[in-house]
Amino acid sequence: MAFEPEQARQQELRNMLAHDCGSCHGLTLKGGLGPSLLPDALLNKPEQFLVQTILEGRKGTAMPPWKPFITEQEAVWLVQKLLK
Amino acid sequence: MLKLFILSLLFSVNAHAELRATGDLGVVIERAKGSALIINTSQKNILAKIPALGDLSHASVVFSRDQRYAFIFARDGGLTKIDLLKDQISKRIIQAGNSIGGAISQDGKLIAVSNYTPGGVKIFSTETLALVADIPATYADEKLSKVVGLVDAPNNKFIFSLFDAGEIWVMSVKDLKNIKITKYKNIGKQPYDALLTPDGRYYIAGLFGERGLALLDLWDLEAKVKRILPDYGKDDEKLPVYKMPHLEGWAVAGDYMLIPAVGQHEVLVIDKRQWTLVKRIPVIGQPVFVMARPDGREIWVNFAFPDNQNIQIIDAKDLSVIKSLIPGKAVLHMEFTPRGEQVWVSVRDDNQLIIYDTQTHKVLKRLPAEKPSGIFFSSRAHKMGL
Repeated sequence: MAFEPEQARQQELRNMLAHDCGSCHGLTLKGGLGPSLLPDALLNKPEQFLVQTILEGRKGTAMPPWKPFITEQEAVWLVQKLLK
Repeated sequence: MLKLFILSLLFSVNAHAELRATGDLGVVIERAKGSALIINTSQKNILAKIPALGDLSHASVVFSRDQRYAFIFARDGGLTKIDLLKDQISKRIIQAGNSIGGAISQDGKLIAVSNYTPGGVKIFSTETLALVADIPATYADEKLSKVVGLVDAPNNKFIFSLFDAGEIWVMSVKDLKNIKITKYKNIGKQPYDALLTPDGRYYIAGLFGERGLALLDLWDLEAKVKRILPDYGKDDEKLPVYKMPHLEGWAVAGDYMLIPAVGQHEVLVIDKRQWTLVKRIPVIGQPVFVMARPDGREIWVNFAFPDNQNIQIIDAKDLSVIKSLIPGKAVLHMEFTPRGEQVWVSVRDDNQLIIYDTQTHKVLKRLPAEKPSGIFFSSRAHKMGL
């Protein structure tokens, strides 16, 4: 059984995705200053790469590391949500 | 047909029964719901809600010079003209796939929209929203750049920056059949936003990809783009930026100008006579908006995640933080009334607008709003670069 955050935390993560990730990737995640995070755009990227990008950020781009605020398990959960 | 005519006659008679002026009105974006509120700053209340405006993340607004219409630029490429007298949409188009902001021309006749996808600028008639020009932001090998920092400038110009190309373009739209563009290349890596000084003289783009800012003096275009503050923070570790700062709020105190640092928890004070760094004011987080109260005495600052519950107030007299407020969860924007006795603050995750008295820093009133973001007052109609 895959890891599922508590309901309240899921809500927080969803809100973070829409509004904080969304400030660069767009509220609907179709992209803005940052690239699109819609399933089509992520399809060919390895999951581990996506999890690392969330946690560590991407050097040379505006993507910051989110690991002070998101655990690795939560990042895996977020990536699953994004790919769906 | 006749019936319709009589009906519309009745309606207009009705409309006249309650005369409304627009000088003290404003528009508040509700980003998640895709709606906008029309508010009144004298009565401190909400007059109407306009739904169905699309994806309003990062939406911004400009006003017609008669202050009757608000033009809303939506992320999904929607451009909507709202009639502030009738509380309704008067025209709406989808003009691009992914858009970031816009400006209205000096003569009030044209609206320019800056787009991410396809990268470029489109120009529309304010009257009809008909497309009158399409300017792709083409650079190296026919690639298209995202366009940011679009402002209007004197002599019916629009100025904007190319995020991917590192260029600034000055575009004259005086003659629509002969649009002239002057391109300034290699201005620095990743300009993320820009501002025009209130006197319409300087265009300044902030850089994300390297240190400093790019400065263009519109009184001396021959001098081209100069780099200012190339060294600030070069010995300090660059901190992660969880939300890009905005340069729209131009904060001036005498000869000093205050802007958000990028990757440092500081507000930078620049002497605009020599464009040198005067002071780095430490603040609680990554600043997003640095906005001067209209009298210039106080500068209000809000912050990026995870410090976005705060506002800090800087006193222009000694350039230091004199007060910290905690309005609530996710403070996104602040807008001062034209003469600055109130400031309206949007608190996204508390679903609230908070109106502060700017002398006492006390809350005057709270108003409900669904995930409010940008707040735009109609007084912007008469300001260059806004």
